[in-house]
Amino acid sequence: MAPAKVYGPAMSTNVMRILVCLEEVGAEYEVVPVDMSTGEHKRPPHISRNPFGQVPAFEDGDLTLFESRAISKYILRKHGSDLLRESNLSESAMVDVWLEVESSHFDGAMSPIIFQCFIVPMFMGGATDMGVVNESLEKLKKALEVYEAQLSKSKYLAGDFISLADISHFPTVYYLLASAHASVLEAYPRVKAWIDDVMQRPSVKKVTEALKMPSA
Amino acid sequence: MTPVKVFGPAQSTNVARVLLCLEEVGAEYEVVNVDFTVMEHKSPEHLKRNPFGQIPAFQDGDLYLFESRAIGKYILRKYKTREADLLREGNLREAAMVDVWTEVETHQYNSAISPIVYECIINPAKRGIPTNQKVVDESAEKLKKVLEVYEARLSQSTYLAGDFVSFADLNHFPYTFYFMGTPYASLFDSYPHVKAWWERLMARPSVKKLAAVMAPQGA
Repeated sequence: MAPAKVYGPAMSTNVMRILVCLEEVGAEYEVVPVDMSTGEHKRPPHISRNPFGQVPAFEDGDLTLFESRAISKYILRKHGSDLLRESNLSESAMVDVWLEVESSHFDGAMSPIIFQCFIVPMFMGGATDMGVVNESLEKLKKALEVYEAQLSKSKYLAGDFISLADISHFPTVYYLLASAHASVLEAYPRVKAWIDDVMQRPSVKKVTEALKMPSA
Repeated sequence: MTPVKVFGPAQSTNVARVLLCLEEVGAEYEVVNVDFTVMEHKSPEHLKRNPFGQIPAFQDGDLYLFESRAIGKYILRKYKTREADLLREGNLREAAMVDVWTEVETHQYNSAISPIVYECIINPAKRGIPTNQKVVDESAEKLKKVLEVYEARLSQSTYLAGDFVSFADLNHFPYTFYFMGTPYASLFDSYPHVKAWWERLMARPSVKKLAAVMAPQGA
């Protein structure tokens, strides 16, 4: 079977999300870089794979997908992973709840921080807007309060089992830890412990090892 | 069987999202209002159901859920029948396409269309805030780009995930319904396949039932 293809820069959070799923299931894959600095993602052929001109895009045989969370689920289902708990109605519902929380609350607060602290200085030759960063950190803290409460009830977000909901946080957590603002986590000991646990997973370590992170 | 409970006003877009799923599968449900005017959404009782103090929240026996799309999926899985299979989880490719276009609605469509609904309808009618025309104009431009992609997609299949209606299509209903009550509804006229798709959705009995409950507000 031909390896699946992932189109996009390996350091993109949304690409990292699917790489960790591929590692979790032990699938063979190839990362095909997309040079965003030259607008490659906005032109053919990439735009025929992701009509919104974003990364990642994903090919598995004759199936082309985009949107990293959709791709992640496809990968996990195809390889029979139990990270979605789809054989159990209430467990799969809890996985979905916390995937939505990740997407709207966690990612919503983290994206401006990643953009300001990494993309702007590293790729756009600009200066970090600390006003935006501080505002986002406040939103992040509100979310972390909810996470701290949830993680005092169960070992992982959806229950006492690890799921895609936990792993889906890995890319943005990775950047938070690499940023100057990682100390925001100190006030949330259960969140910190949960992060340590997720970051220790072999799949996560494999993906992070492949990245070379300049200091923030 | 006890009806499931949905917490939040039926006219709220994310509550309507859940109600539409319930109507599609014919499940019995009860809507329990949450009174924003007295900050009920931030009350300890509601925070137990939705720790972010938002609506909707949902209860099925001793299962409590929040986040409208997660609730919607739970409903569609639990009450799935041959006729009402809106997630297609029995088919790997179809399920993937449903997920793709559900994500698109969340990240691309919603972010373009909801500011127009907020600025033209919700802010003036419910918050006494005048329309910010700059936001509306920027969002309208974004929406046109999104609708171009939808037009291309819907020229190839009857619905977003394929030739079958799915959760992905239904998710578009609440905000689009309110959008059609703004002066920008005519934007859809330039995208005939999108317009036809919208009309197909509006013809569904479940959608008609909810539309009557939601009926355009203010403006």
